[in-house]
Amino acid sequence: MNCDEFVELVTTFLDGSMHEPTELRCLVHLTECDGCETYLDQFRQTIAILDALPGQSLPTEARDQLLGAFRALRRD
Amino acid sequence: MAGARELPPDQVLVQRLRDGDEETFALVLNAWSGSMLRLAMSFVSTKASAEEAVQDTWLAVIRGISDFEGRSTLKTWVYRILVNTAKARGTKESRTVPFASLLPEEEGPTVDASRFRAPGEEYAGHWAVGQEPRPWHIPEDHVLRGEVREVITEAIDELPPRLRTVITLRDVAGYGSEEVCSLLEISPGNQRVLLHRARALLRRKLEEYLSGTHHVAGGRGRA
Ligand SMILES: [Zn+2]
Repeated sequence: MNCDEFVELVTTFLDGSMHEPTELRCLVHLTECDGCETYLDQFRQTIAILDALPGQSLPTEARDQLLGAFRALRRD
Repeated sequence: MAGARELPPDQVLVQRLRDGDEETFALVLNAWSGSMLRLAMSFVSTKASAEEAVQDTWLAVIRGISDFEGRSTLKTWVYRILVNTAKARGTKESRTVPFASLLPEEEGPTVDASRFRAPGEEYAGHWAVGQEPRPWHIPEDHVLRGEVREVITEAIDELPPRLRTVITLRDVAGYGSEEVCSLLEISPGNQRVLLHRARALLRRKLEEYLSGTHHVAGGRGRA
């Protein structure tokens, strides 16, 4: 396997949805290629940062209006 | 999305919402509005319009919670309302994001060909000398970690809309592949292509940033 092939397979590889022969070729490539090992690790780190991203938030005014609407409807 | 995992299970949530428990409503509002805003931005043209789409969605949730049948998770139900609401707004603003097929620019290699040894060379297709990714160091320091987040948030905003939609759902909001395919009516294969390209672009942005530019004030966004 070449590096330019591996870098396109990373998402499939991480999904665990890869066919076994291809997965095996990836694993073998990773044992002999520092660059691709790093690439894979950086993909994982990128995903971890995205996962930990704090949300944007609604403006306070909009939030208050929604809480008001919730309260009003429940009173009916 | 951080924090979302601490919500009580669906059954409890839905019952409390039906009972008019304001604290629970505030809880889901806080937990989901952020990723909802980001998702809505993929369909509409302005931040204000995205905010309105999110507001409309919550109003629909308030009105419709008594009809929620639990055939999907509460979160999926809410996000589906949002996607429909935002799509409708986007159509009016003539900014739709159809997912039926891939655009030419969404296919093809996600890493610049110049980083690999050219065909015909020895070890063609392997990293070219000096082009292989080098391990990066994400600073533990809080301020810098905040900067890393800023870099990635900015990079998400700059993604083409369809890539932004898919990566927001998968990696920021934490949806599985199946849910995203059904929310966006997209095939698993195309979803994976879009997700992979989005991740590759964001990794590249981080690589640029972490390869030293952060030592220079305002040095982000180097080409
Ligand atoms: Zn390699």
